[in-house]
Amino acid sequence: MAQVQDIEIPDSAARAAAAVEEAQDIQGEKMVLNMGPSHPATHGVLRIVLELDGEVITKADPDVGYLHRGDEKIAENMTYTQFIPYTDRLDYLAPLANNVAYALAVEKLLGIHDNLPPRCQYIRVMCAELARISAHLLGLGAFAMDTGAVTVFLLTFTEREKIYNLAEAASGARLTTSYTRIGGLMRDVPPTWCDQVRQFLKEFAVALDEANTLLTRNRIWVDRLRDLAVVSKEMAIDYGLSGPNLRGSGVEFDLRKNQPYLCYKDLDFDVALGSVGDCYDRYLVRMEEMKQSMRILEQCCNKIPGGGENKSHEPVSIQDGKITLPTKEKVLTSMEELIHQFMLVTEGVNCPPGEVYFGHENPKGELGFYINSKGGGTPYRLKIRAPSFVNLSILGELLPGCMISDVPVVLGSLDFVMGESDR
Amino acid sequence: MSALESANKIKAKFGALIAEPTEFRGEISLKIADAEQIFEVCNFAKRQLGFDFLVDISSVDNYGEDPRWTVVYHLRGIASGEELRLKTDVSEEKSELPSVLPIWRTANWHEREVYDMMGIRFSGHPDLRRILMWEGYPYHPLRKDFPLAGKPSDLPGVAFTQISPMEGGPFVTIAGGNDSIAREPRVRIPETDSVEFNARVEARGDNKEARGQAFGPGPIEKK
Repeated sequence: MAQVQDIEIPDSAARAAAAVEEAQDIQGEKMVLNMGPSHPATHGVLRIVLELDGEVITKADPDVGYLHRGDEKIAENMTYTQFIPYTDRLDYLAPLANNVAYALAVEKLLGIHDNLPPRCQYIRVMCAELARISAHLLGLGAFAMDTGAVTVFLLTFTEREKIYNLAEAASGARLTTSYTRIGGLMRDVPPTWCDQVRQFLKEFAVALDEANTLLTRNRIWVDRLRDLAVVSKEMAIDYGLSGPNLRGSGVEFDLRKNQPYLCYKDLDFDVALGSVGDCYDRYLVRMEEMKQSMRILEQCCNKIPGGGENKSHEPVSIQDGKITLPTKEKVLTSMEELIHQFMLVTEGVNCPPGEVYFGHENPKGELGFYINSKGGGTPYRLKIRAPSFVNLSILGELLPGCMISDVPVVLGSLDFVMGESDR
Repeated sequence: MSALESANKIKAKFGALIAEPTEFRGEISLKIADAEQIFEVCNFAKRQLGFDFLVDISSVDNYGEDPRWTVVYHLRGIASGEELRLKTDVSEEKSELPSVLPIWRTANWHEREVYDMMGIRFSGHPDLRRILMWEGYPYHPLRKDFPLAGKPSDLPGVAFTQISPMEGGPFVTIAGGNDSIAREPRVRIPETDSVEFNARVEARGDNKEARGQAFGPGPIEKK
């Protein structure tokens, strides 16, 4: 026997109302999540206020300044030379590169940045490139660890240890190097240093290959990084990104090539470029930059004037009593040198009035110093253009649309350091 | 085209508004007489001359001079590699100039920093908050009349403005020793709170012998 069943069809208006109600139910309330300032994945004291819809970020507001020490104010109150140790503490993953950048800025103000002794230029380039490798290694290790690949971290830190040893051999300190002086270097590198660098390059090539095999074709790594947080060319330029983040988006701009300083024009190296501008591209650019840095170091070891042992006694500082300190023997025996020493230590290097900006290709991007001088041994105003600060400003645009688990990946791929961002 | 040619083009376009370009250590600086025009000049430099990269915005405090502020823009053309510095003076009474945020989005944080450190406002900036100092901080520390050692302010410090939630608990481990509040001078107990605090200590029912010795602070003596 057939059964008759009533089918109830509600009117369309009621159905629409019910659908809206259901949709609202699914959408739910938005949640505000406070990430940082003390969070292992924020690499320092970055705080991001995230607005979440479920697991998807709808709004991100980065909050910086937790490490603000007022370096620019401090600089106005001391001589140019006295500020060098403060530059160690900007990007504390690459203090040697900061030293070089700052010294070059002051030398530009003095008008001597093109006349530095060749040996000094080569040693400075080697310092900057070692610092680049060191900073990229830490960035890579922490990036991989946040994404779940802890082995890479151990690998990169073993190599960083060797770079610290090299920095210690050159400057006497592992982290707070303060190796440069206005007009030159604190001292020449020890006779065996170039051989140590060569030895390090040999070992590092193996370790970098190992990291490469662990990550570059790793399915999980690629899946998590690819097409995430894409920065287009226009966007990268608009937001003032610099360094590997800019080149990861395919913009061919490297201060070492475009505005060559020191002896970079004599050295042969390539600029790594990304094509898409996602996290994976930024990772690849950093890997390639380390390889190029190795090339530069190799060439420097071979071409450095005076050779590793400096048997021909090439100077590493400008020979100008009004800029660099005289040798100790001279101070104790000669009147003129004694006066120079006294004036340099008490009043600082006498700089002309004027203003200069010098941008240096640091591991994190363009570290710039704008010096406004009214003459004398102290800057009237010193502005630090911190690459991490500028690179972080894009977060508010990059994060919305990402999942919350993507945040450590995006942060790792931008590779910032808060000491520099907050100054 | 060199940076000097670009500078001359800007000068030709804006005429008397722009001073003669100056060169120092190979860098070209242009001074703009009227700060209100900075947006137009920057817009022209980006759209017509290809300065698509804003490197930096900084500010100088010419303390004791008039006008007091100088705002400095560093522009760069990524394709051409040219660099140009634009400068403009802002008086202390006004302390405001147009934002260039619609031209380069990177100006957002640079302008916030200038506002935070110098107290120069940017009209048209949608979100002009402090960035390095905390919200509510009353001074602008990069001004020349702000001392290096800092200034005390009427506002409470960042931390330890409130007694911690575990306040008053028996944290003292050494019999007869000082209690945690006495040991921790950063913790402030406002006068008004002490009455309530004492009442709570009383209510806990400590006996008089134990109080202030084995555990827990005694009542706070009123001065």
